[in-house]
Amino acid sequence: MKIGLFIPCYVDALYPEVGVSTYKLLTSLGLDVYYPEEQTCCGQPMGNAGFEQKAIPLAKKFDQQFRNFDYVVAPSASCAAYVRCFHPGMLKKEQCEAAGKTMDLVEFLHDVLKVTSLPARFPHKVSVHNSCHGVRELGLSSPSERNVPKYNKVIDLLKLVDGIEVVEPERPDECCGFGGMFAIEEQAVSRRMGIDKVKRHIATGAEYVTGPDSSCLMHMQGIAEKEHLPIRFIHIAQILTSNL
Amino acid sequence: MSTLHAKAAEAYQLKPEVVERHDKTFFGVREKRDRMAHALPEWEDLREAANQIKKHTVTHLADYLEQFEQAATSNGVHVHWAKDADDYNRIVLDILQQHGVKKVVKSKSMLTEECHLNQNLEQHGIDVVETDLGERILQMMKLAPSHIVMPALHVHREEIGDTFRRLIPDFDEIAKTYVAVGGSPADKNDPTFLTYVARMHLRQQFMEADCGMTGANFGIAETGDVVVCTNEGNADMSTSIPKLHIVSMGIEKIIPNYRAMGVFQRLLARCGTGQETTVYTSHFRGPRPGGEMHVVLVDNGRSSILGNEEHWQTLKCMRCGACMNTCPVYRRSAGYSYTYFIPGPIGINLGMLRNPVQYSDNVSACSLCCSCDNVCPVKVDLSTQVYRWRQQLDSLGKADKMKKAMSQGMGFLFGMPAAYKAALWMSPIVNWLPGMLLNSVLNPWAYGHRMMHFPKRSFHEIWSKELKHQR
Repeated sequence: MKIGLFIPCYVDALYPEVGVSTYKLLTSLGLDVYYPEEQTCCGQPMGNAGFEQKAIPLAKKFDQQFRNFDYVVAPSASCAAYVRCFHPGMLKKEQCEAAGKTMDLVEFLHDVLKVTSLPARFPHKVSVHNSCHGVRELGLSSPSERNVPKYNKVIDLLKLVDGIEVVEPERPDECCGFGGMFAIEEQAVSRRMGIDKVKRHIATGAEYVTGPDSSCLMHMQGIAEKEHLPIRFIHIAQILTSNL
Repeated sequence: MSTLHAKAAEAYQLKPEVVERHDKTFFGVREKRDRMAHALPEWEDLREAANQIKKHTVTHLADYLEQFEQAATSNGVHVHWAKDADDYNRIVLDILQQHGVKKVVKSKSMLTEECHLNQNLEQHGIDVVETDLGERILQMMKLAPSHIVMPALHVHREEIGDTFRRLIPDFDEIAKTYVAVGGSPADKNDPTFLTYVARMHLRQQFMEADCGMTGANFGIAETGDVVVCTNEGNADMSTSIPKLHIVSMGIEKIIPNYRAMGVFQRLLARCGTGQETTVYTSHFRGPRPGGEMHVVLVDNGRSSILGNEEHWQTLKCMRCGACMNTCPVYRRSAGYSYTYFIPGPIGINLGMLRNPVQYSDNVSACSLCCSCDNVCPVKVDLSTQVYRWRQQLDSLGKADKMKKAMSQGMGFLFGMPAAYKAALWMSPIVNWLPGMLLNSVLNPWAYGHRMMHFPKRSFHEIWSKELKHQR
């Protein structure tokens, strides 16, 4: 199976270790993983800010770079969701082959590879951050608003890790307040949402917050450091590769 | 760079305890709604049925409106058609003047807020008394609703007590009768006591009124009935004492028949307040003996929304308020931070449909978390619509300059892989900038965050120097 590794721009620049973990994890599972070097960004920051026109050329390039893989996998739920849910509306059908094959790392491991064991060990208490687009666009867990059978693919994967204790905060899928440029334009509300969310994670007694989306983690980490709130942040890919 | 919403929301944060109380109050309503939703195994089917019925009805609106008019007329109801707010205000004023009405008692109606009916009637010397408790409190305090279902939930009981003492002329006499019926107002702002005062005060208003006005939660096309849902029975009081009843109904409130009503009846209160049903669900089919009943069907822009390919689904909304209660931004910024009289996700969209230039300041009030889409009982695609409005802002001349510059910059950078790689290579330089500069007001990220640390090597570099060669 040929996998195109999609490392979103901000993960590339700020969290290369998340990209490395994702690569290691996928190759350890016997997959042929390739990283197209001309990739940059899926266009979501511009689209959400109201400049989808600026995102369309990026969506086109994304498709050219990734259309020939069996799957495109990204360690970032929101970026994967933007590609899968929004690119089809921005591109002509024949220009848009990659979007339907683009998945977040968690759903790829859970739904396609159906992994049932991993050699990982992480003897810590972690609080799961259910990112909005992961929950409500990709279906990584059952949204708390809906009356559907309860499930959580992030927790399913974490439970394969030896020694880990997994908890969820109160209001398990309330937004942390990142929202791309929302965090800048509505900075006061965004900050407040972030503080509230971090405090709920801390209230679980967890040492770490983990999740499938580095952008939420980046926002919460910046807030936690500024407010001196004592908790650490780690992407799920890093936990799942903790023994590799 | 900020919108009016962002600025008002920032000012609202100055009292963190007020924000916390507001957030907890409305999240509490959301949790009550969740318990209701999870208690009905058929919940998601109900939502889908409601979605389909509303889609069907609004796309066959002309037929159902005519059917409604015919049925209501044969029930002895006078039906009026109002093209816009002016038309509506004139029709209501005409009816009132023909009957020599001096005082109107009103049950809650967002449509009358939309059309500024109260101000209009008051200008013509007609006394208008709101009878929903929350609305009455706000009317006395000269405040607008800050939520469409629980309009005064943000007001403290101390303020309510002060207002009543100041503005209810016979407050002291009413207070005395409270003691006489066995109450003990040890706390002068005791909610039960204040409710008693409001009840006695409103009874007097009901007795003196010459006309009762209600809104409409539903109009049943097949029977010509108007259905009004309240928790206080004030719609019933408003229509049981005065002989004249005027209903104000937006044309999108029509549903086909009572089978459809069954679906909405089960959803409305569960979503809005977390109750199985409202305490009163009143069905009005015709005038009382010797009385008159009028229904004013109001368009006021709804027909043109129907023709709007991207936004017509807002017409499905039945004003339950669930999207506000779940919205993390609404809960932390409260109703008055929005510039349109309906706040929250549905208000952002309805404001843009009313006047996109005037109300564009609310479009920023959304982190695109999509929670509203999932609570909405009629499946209005609220967050998608916000996303679409944002795409319009630049052509409306309302785009934020900084966001525009950033988007253009990113478009350039991400469009040229070589420039992007150069920027990646340069990015660790940020770490060497003095903290003072990094965390200054010039850096919007530093408002709420400590600046992030750029690693020495990007993933791009690690790939091209190491991982690629290990394959």
